[in-house]
Amino acid sequence: MTDLVKRRRPRPRRRVTVVGVLGELLITAGLLVLAFLGYQVWLGDIIVGNQLNTEASEQGSEWGEDYSDVPPSEEGDPALTESPPVGVAPANAQRFANLIIPRFGGDYYRPIAEGVGTTDVLNKGNIGHYPTTQMPGALGNFALASHRSSGGGNFHDLHQLHVGDHIYVETSDGWYQYTFRNLEYVRPTGVGVIAPVPQADGVEPSERFITLTTCNPFFSTAERIIAYGVYDSFYPRAGGVPAEIATNVQGAG
Amino acid sequence: MYGALWRVLPGPWWVRALILLVAVAAILTACVFWVFPWVDTLVAPQDVTVDG
Repeated sequence: MTDLVKRRRPRPRRRVTVVGVLGELLITAGLLVLAFLGYQVWLGDIIVGNQLNTEASEQGSEWGEDYSDVPPSEEGDPALTESPPVGVAPANAQRFANLIIPRFGGDYYRPIAEGVGTTDVLNKGNIGHYPTTQMPGALGNFALASHRSSGGGNFHDLHQLHVGDHIYVETSDGWYQYTFRNLEYVRPTGVGVIAPVPQADGVEPSERFITLTTCNPFFSTAERIIAYGVYDSFYPRAGGVPAEIATNVQGAG
Repeated sequence: MYGALWRVLPGPWWVRALILLVAVAAILTACVFWVFPWVDTLVAPQDVTVDG
């Protein structure tokens, strides 16, 4: 019996070598890089995007506090559509509006802040408003920039817009409804896209446009993809939320 | 390195495995919420605006 116990010797240990440890470290680093790629192309924008949806909807329900019992509306207000309210641009990096695009999903609800600075506006997940362009409701161009991927990927699906899709800008006053018209691809220097009348330098605007700009292709800064929309109508808060985005707005509140 | 870690951990094999599982989960969580967002700002395309 004692013989048997004695015979059970511990397994021989493999010696720890420099090369062995180095190999294990490299494998670990490889797995971490793989995990980061998964984060960058997939998980990150889901986490940050959901966070942004929540922040924007909190702001939206704060603005809509007094009108929570107004039913959704199928049409904008005719008189206000002719001359919608025009807000005053806030200080740099301050949020003042939300963007809602039904094509991007029933929970898509993203904050718009003043300015297009990389660190103070865009990397915080905001959609940035070019400060040289007009405010929503004013004749001219309401031009926005945001990340295609990373930072919530607010404009990830810009290429998925169909002609006739609606784009809504929500402010404390109500909702500006725009209709998507077309996409354009330009070089990073193509500043004509944010002119008061896009790509028509020096022309006096008689309409209200929205321009969304982001980078193209994915994970590259070689080009810019541009989406244009034209203003349709204005939905004041007192008239109720546009029926099309009731799920975006009320699903949150 | 990992062999040594396995031997240092106490308990039967399933306790060790559980400890490692929790440790890996904690490390991945820290990566996803703090490390990766920071790395992302260094490697992701930063330039999304048009300018002259």
